[in-house]
Amino acid sequence: MRGYAGKFAEVDLSCGEVKETVFGEETLKQYLGGRGLAAKLLWDRLGEIWERVDPLGPENILTIFAGPLTGYYPGSKMCISGKSPLTLGIVGSTVAGEHAVDMRCAGFDGLIIKGRAEKPVYLLVTDDGVEIRDASHVWGKGRVETYRILLREALQLLEGRSPGSREWREPSILHIGPAAEKMSRVTAVQTKWAHGAGYGGYGAVMGSKNLKAVLFKGLGPLPEAWDMGRAREIIWRILRICFRSDSMRRWGTGAAGYDVGSRLSSEPVRNWQDEWHDERSFGVDRFEERVWVKRYWGDFGCPSTCLKLSVVRAGPYKGAVCDNPDYENQAYLGTNLGVFTPEENVYLCSLMEELGFCGIQVGNTLGFAAELYQRGILTKEDLGFELRWGDVKGFERLMKMMAEREGIGDILAEGTYRAALKLGKLKGLDLTRYAVTEKGMGIGAHGIRSKLDYVEAVSYPCSVQGGDHTSPAMRDIRKGDSELTVILHDSGVYCWFNIMKDEALDLIWELIQAVTGWQITADTWYKEMALRILAIQRAALLVGGPDITWKPIKDDDLPARWYEPLPSGPYKGRASDKKELEEDRRRYFEDVGWDERGIPKSSTLKCLGLEAVDKKLRSFLGNQ
Amino acid sequence: MSAVEPIWIARDLPKCSGCRLCEVACSLHHEGRIWPEASRVRVFMRVPGAEFPHLCTQCHDYPCVKSCPVGALSVDKRTSAVIVDRDSCNSCGACIQACPGRVPFLHPGDKKATICDLCGGDPQCVKVCTEGGWNVLRVVEREESHSYKLYARRPDEITMDLVTIIFGEHGERMAR
Repeated sequence: MRGYAGKFAEVDLSCGEVKETVFGEETLKQYLGGRGLAAKLLWDRLGEIWERVDPLGPENILTIFAGPLTGYYPGSKMCISGKSPLTLGIVGSTVAGEHAVDMRCAGFDGLIIKGRAEKPVYLLVTDDGVEIRDASHVWGKGRVETYRILLREALQLLEGRSPGSREWREPSILHIGPAAEKMSRVTAVQTKWAHGAGYGGYGAVMGSKNLKAVLFKGLGPLPEAWDMGRAREIIWRILRICFRSDSMRRWGTGAAGYDVGSRLSSEPVRNWQDEWHDERSFGVDRFEERVWVKRYWGDFGCPSTCLKLSVVRAGPYKGAVCDNPDYENQAYLGTNLGVFTPEENVYLCSLMEELGFCGIQVGNTLGFAAELYQRGILTKEDLGFELRWGDVKGFERLMKMMAEREGIGDILAEGTYRAALKLGKLKGLDLTRYAVTEKGMGIGAHGIRSKLDYVEAVSYPCSVQGGDHTSPAMRDIRKGDSELTVILHDSGVYCWFNIMKDEALDLIWELIQAVTGWQITADTWYKEMALRILAIQRAALLVGGPDITWKPIKDDDLPARWYEPLPSGPYKGRASDKKELEEDRRRYFEDVGWDERGIPKSSTLKCLGLEAVDKKLRSFLGNQ
Repeated sequence: MSAVEPIWIARDLPKCSGCRLCEVACSLHHEGRIWPEASRVRVFMRVPGAEFPHLCTQCHDYPCVKSCPVGALSVDKRTSAVIVDRDSCNSCGACIQACPGRVPFLHPGDKKATICDLCGGDPQCVKVCTEGGWNVLRVVEREESHSYKLYARRPDEITMDLVTIIFGEHGERMAR
């Protein structure tokens, strides 16, 4: 078998046991790796009892998977999954960096992490295997200190083990911040200082397992390819396509900040009360001239290097460091909070990353809280201070309270949807109408009311990953940015920013064959493999539990906010149309082989070899 | 084909994006595989954001060549690169210790000393870095000079300078 290291490390933190797990070739061929294989593994192991599995209990399984194309396809990523504390389904959450390549070079395709350590620990993954090491000294520390301390420690250890053989390069590090240690559901699994796997809330899962970090250092080559000569040729063709993506390379997704707000009118402004702004300071040029200290920043093998490094060099926020900020963070920790200056935005991003939050999720929750304050539902007495739009100090304070789970921060740390339920109960009001979420997850920063952005009405309600803007359902299920295509990238596992051009996407089937030797065509993917992974993810979402269960159709809807007309801007008055959503949703369900309620049909599941999923769904949903 | 002149790879470290395509290109060329730890050019990242490619600078006095107890290292007259005779190398690591930048390393496969050979005059790392538009690495004509040795510094030292350029006065706190 080519393209795989051939084994997965299975770590039980409860008893400190590490063993190796191998998947058969047929399973790997059907699910590839990353998101697909994680869905398969999670359902096989936990499917029967899914509704009883607490995502933050030791029974949950955290998967950290690469895929056969990781390191081969330009721009490598890692896919993190498990039962999501936000959606209660399975979310494939990806993060770029060197870790996946380091892991594959150490001889592993992934880690399967179970149980809960008694005391804080970190894992060191090398060619010699997986070691469980004490992490008490970094527990409670933020990104900069955690990275610095663990890096020095690992370098000393490696040098001591083979002195004089090399100047050791850094192991790659996945880690969590203090907010994730306290199991806030709006946290990310982070790497470096400014990257995170945010969707899904897997920072909290690591926190629940007392797992502070995972370090990877492999000395070997990438797993052997079936036809390296052919692979090499395709890699160069893809590189040259990406080298031409000038706008993405030059400005990254941050270029969209002004564009999406003013032209497409789909950026969150003050908790989505509006989606339009004409604040020119949010043009990429201001960020570029004022805070960028690095114009091209990328991770392993990336031809696009769309990240940029921002540092605030003077003023009250001096010392703040983050990437870009990318479009999502400009939106969620900027416009969504009524913050419109680059330095303030960089500061909030820097703080978010220091504490270990996901920028989208925590920005969504902070915006929700500020709207409740604006409406007088949350008061100064509830918060302990005033929380006005644009007040950076106020948001800073609230974010820290969420990280510490102090006062109202304890409720907000559960994420917008759960906070809406809890606060609603306390106040005797329906607050979910102000929660711009889908299946418990804060929605990506691309609105649909103006109909000008790339996402469609069905994108969020029908996505099996909740409100994930990087995995949107599309009317045309074969479209380049549709969820079925994204499942390929997330299972592969590589960065889909490097495959956005059709000519690159066309090459993928050839690269899969050159690396693995398997012939997978667009047809096999869209008609069979992607549908199989999609059906498992949908099933897990529908079963949900233990604290919330999503009702088919009722919860496959847009947030209430988006049925309100846009209050200003060139597209003032536009709103989502329920009839249109219903029609698109019906068509989508039909196209992917689900019934009118979006429950995968027995005939579909049997065709895909998912009899166990069928049995569970019938018995669980049968009476609803 | 014209004779290869002695060359040198000039570098513009603060511009490095950290993409490591130089490592991919190097290992594909020398190993026929993607093998970051066998790459002769190696990107260090002691502090995120302060990434830089680290490779042999061909010091004028070649301390590595002088240090080798078995005479496995020599200088390529055409390119000025250090050439390792893998059959003679006894994996003692003396060249690594002698190098002011700790650039050589024992190959993770055969454990032999491994050093940039300038790809015989057409370095692949430079090619990809230039084609990608980062221009961190550039081939320049090599002239007789002591100053090349100034570039052979340890990764930790280089990082300290880079973090100051990139992060300003906060940099050193991050790199200590």
